[in-house]
Amino acid sequence: MSLEALITILGMAAVTYAIRAGGLLLANRLPATGFVTSWLKHVPGAVLASLVAPAVLTGGPAEAIAAAATALIYFVTRNLFATMAGGVLAVYLARLVLGG
Amino acid sequence: MHAPAPYDARTQFWLGIRLFFPVAISIAAYGVVWGVLAGQAGLSVLEVALMSGLVFAGASQFVALDMWTPGSLPVLSIIIATAIVNLRMVLMSATLRPLVGHLPLPQALGTMFFVSDEQWAMTMAEVRKGNASVAFFLGTGVLSWFAWMASTLVGRVLGAFIDDPARYGLDFAFTATFLALLFGMWRGRGDLIPWLVAALAAIVTSRLIEGNWYIIVGGLVGSFAGALIETAKERRHVA
Repeated sequence: MSLEALITILGMAAVTYAIRAGGLLLANRLPATGFVTSWLKHVPGAVLASLVAPAVLTGGPAEAIAAAATALIYFVTRNLFATMAGGVLAVYLARLVLGG
Repeated sequence: MHAPAPYDARTQFWLGIRLFFPVAISIAAYGVVWGVLAGQAGLSVLEVALMSGLVFAGASQFVALDMWTPGSLPVLSIIIATAIVNLRMVLMSATLRPLVGHLPLPQALGTMFFVSDEQWAMTMAEVRKGNASVAFFLGTGVLSWFAWMASTLVGRVLGAFIDDPARYGLDFAFTATFLALLFGMWRGRGDLIPWLVAALAAIVTSRLIEGNWYIIVGGLVGSFAGALIETAKERRHVA
C-alpha cells in the first residue's frame, strides 16, 4: 500500500469520525430546554422522511407502487422483516411488469 | 434514562442484533458490490479492510472509489468529498444524546463510531417506543460493522461474480426499511406537518443540488417546523 493511499484512508476515517462525534458534542453544548429538546425529538422523523421522499415520490411508477405495497404490508403485519422483504419483492415485480 | 443492569444490557445487545439482521443482509449485498468495484479501482485487500473498518460509511466509500486513481490520488479532494457526503451524520449523532448521556464522555464518544443511516434509524425507532438502550444501539452497530467489513472483503477477494443488487430490487430494501421505521415513529397528528415539510424540502433540494444535501436540508427544515409548532402551542397553553 502506498503512503498516499494510507493517508487518504486515514484522512477519510478522521473526518468521518469527527462528524460522528461532532453531532454529540454539539448537542451537549446546546441547552437541554424546550425548543432544543423539541427540535432534536423531531429530527429522526424528519431525516427519515427526507431519506425516502425523493426515492418514493420522484423515482417512477414502479417505486411508487412498491412504496404503497410496503405501507400496506407494514400496517397489516407491523413486522420490519416482512415489510422489507415485501417491498423488495414488490419493486422487483413492478419493474418486471413495467419494464423499468 | 438510567443505566441498565448487566443482564439487561446483554439482552438488549442481542435484541439489537436480531432486529437488525435482515437490514444487515441488504447492507452486505451492497458491501459485496463495493468490494468488487474497489478491486477494479485498484484497491488492495489491505486497503479495503482499512477503509471499511475505519471509515465504515458506505455512501462516502462509493464516492471515494469514483475518485480513486492509484499513483496520483487526489488525497485532499477525496477527504473533502467524504466529509460532505457524511455531514448528515451530525444530525444523527446529535439525537443520540439522551441515549448515551449517562455515560462518561469518552465512552459516549466511542459509541458514536457506529452511527450510520440504517442502525441509527432502527435505534431511534426503538427510542420512540421507549425501549432502546446503549446496548441495543451497540448491538445494531457491531452487526452493521461486521456485515460491511466481511461483505466488502468477500467482494474484493471473489471479484467479478456479483450482479447489481438493483436487478433484484435490493436497492429498495433500504427505502422499505426506512418507510417501516418512519411509520413506526408516528405518534399522532403533531408529526404530520414536520414530516410533510421535510419530504417537500428534501424533494425540492434533491432537484436543485447534487449529492445528498437533501437529507440534511429536509431533516433540518422539517425538525425546525416541528419544534416551532410545538413550542408555539405550549406558549398558547401557558398564555
